[in-house]
Amino acid sequence: MILLVAEHANGKLSKSTLEMTTVARGMGREGAITLLVLGSNVASVAAQAALFAEQVLVADKPELAQYDAEVWAAAVAQIAREGEAHTILIGGGRSGREYSPRVAVKLDAPLIEDAITLADRNGALVAAHYTFLSRVTETVEAQGPVTVVTIKPGSFPPAQPASAAGEQYDAELDLPQPRLRITGKTAEKSERISLADADLVVSGGRGVESPEGFKQLVEALADQLGAAVGATRAIVDAGWRPYSEQVGQTGKTVQPKAYIAVGISGAVQHLSGMNKSKFIVAINKDANAPIFKIADYGIVGDVHQIIPAMIDELRK
Amino acid sequence: MRILTVVRQVLDAEESVNIQEGAVALDGRKLVLDTMDEYGVEEALRLREGAAAGAEVVALAIGPARTEEALRSALAMGADRAILVETETPLDVIAVSAVVAQVAQSEKIDLIFCGGQQADWDSHALGAATAERLQWPQATWTSLLALQGGMLSGKHDVDGGSESFAVPLPAVVTTQQGLNEPRYPTLPNIMKAKRKELRRVPLTEYGVSAKLRVVGVEVQVKQRRKNIIDGKDASAAAATLIDLLRHDAGVIG
Repeated sequence: MILLVAEHANGKLSKSTLEMTTVARGMGREGAITLLVLGSNVASVAAQAALFAEQVLVADKPELAQYDAEVWAAAVAQIAREGEAHTILIGGGRSGREYSPRVAVKLDAPLIEDAITLADRNGALVAAHYTFLSRVTETVEAQGPVTVVTIKPGSFPPAQPASAAGEQYDAELDLPQPRLRITGKTAEKSERISLADADLVVSGGRGVESPEGFKQLVEALADQLGAAVGATRAIVDAGWRPYSEQVGQTGKTVQPKAYIAVGISGAVQHLSGMNKSKFIVAINKDANAPIFKIADYGIVGDVHQIIPAMIDELRK
Repeated sequence: MRILTVVRQVLDAEESVNIQEGAVALDGRKLVLDTMDEYGVEEALRLREGAAAGAEVVALAIGPARTEEALRSALAMGADRAILVETETPLDVIAVSAVVAQVAQSEKIDLIFCGGQQADWDSHALGAATAERLQWPQATWTSLLALQGGMLSGKHDVDGGSESFAVPLPAVVTTQQGLNEPRYPTLPNIMKAKRKELRRVPLTEYGVSAKLRVVGVEVQVKQRRKNIIDGKDASAAAATLIDLLRHDAGVIG
């Protein structure tokens, strides 16, 4: 079987799960598409999952209310063994990329991380993924009876419901005790659209010169466009903006229709988080800034003059 | 207490990327200790200087002979000794984790630091795979860390936010930006590092083989329009740009 670990939040199946379903349907491997739902009070998630998969395995237990890498890996590996899964698809968020290596080790399987394509080729699984801070596309081949793959979010279109709803089964699991104890949580909060979902992103760097400059330029332009707000590492480190807005190697990866870089010079680590955007727009006073090398459109000029002029133009 | 800090030698981020003979060309390029690994070395040194006084810090690398330079950088920062598991054959991260786990066992390690994401593989997997092999817990993407009475506590990033955590030793910790500010090696320490122990072991001693085969490599080249406007007249430039975004790109209404 093809085992997919469903991702869900607040009783809803996540978009990443539908993207994985697209991968499972199109990869050219036989086997029942099986969605595994792990959580507590997840009956509604299981019902949604049944619309997309041939089989749904549900482990609805209080001890699964909180994600834990060791618990998740144990659950997925057990189901994979019992169901003789040949392909295991896991979402490429932080948690998926954290527990998937454990699943691979438990099953003595190869691990493909952050796949952007996936297909069977003569019994081997072939996938493309980015390396070298997203500057290189590497194609890898995994042989053997079972392969674990994480799917890069946003790389595949979400699947449509199947013609017939799948069967639901309860999964019997023997779970370990979590050893990483969570003592507190801080949720990212923003009134704006999230970076991951936005078609437009307005992002600011050192060129905005101050936290007030960021508000007056980046946030104002984002509000005018209905865009998400991003920031470079430099200004997150300076404490001007929260880490949740950071785009780049150690922050978020985005691929909106347009990424508008305000006062960003374009360090490689930042580019690795946004260089797959459909259009890149740069406004910077330094004509030699590296950001212009990958820009579709740009203005060489003072952001303090250009951005207010853009906002005026949009208001017309 | 003994701390293992796993380091990789990667292409300097400022270097351009070219493909030669089916791989990213590294010959003659500037290669550095991965920044993500510097955080791990620094954190190990801070523990040795504080809560884990008297701890030994061992740096480990798996790679070709040139990887010695990255280990010397870790020694110059202050690691006590280094181990280089030498191989000219590229290995995938799951295979590498088998080496790290064996070294951790033979060296009686209590705590392992790995980079949160390597700048060559773009992988997150080394820490977790190593922890699984050792049957240890893990804390990934750590931005704050403290040690007290055999318990590590700190903060780390998760999907949609961050968490405070506590985890018992032995454990694997993966690093990220913000964990600390890595120190620069001073000249006397660079000199001293040349005399520190660096043990070379051939990969064959560990009986691991690659799980993944690389069948193709290409540099991402997306043709960009590079339509750059002079912004001396701010309102004219802004009007032109907005018009382009509306009618040329069609990304705004």
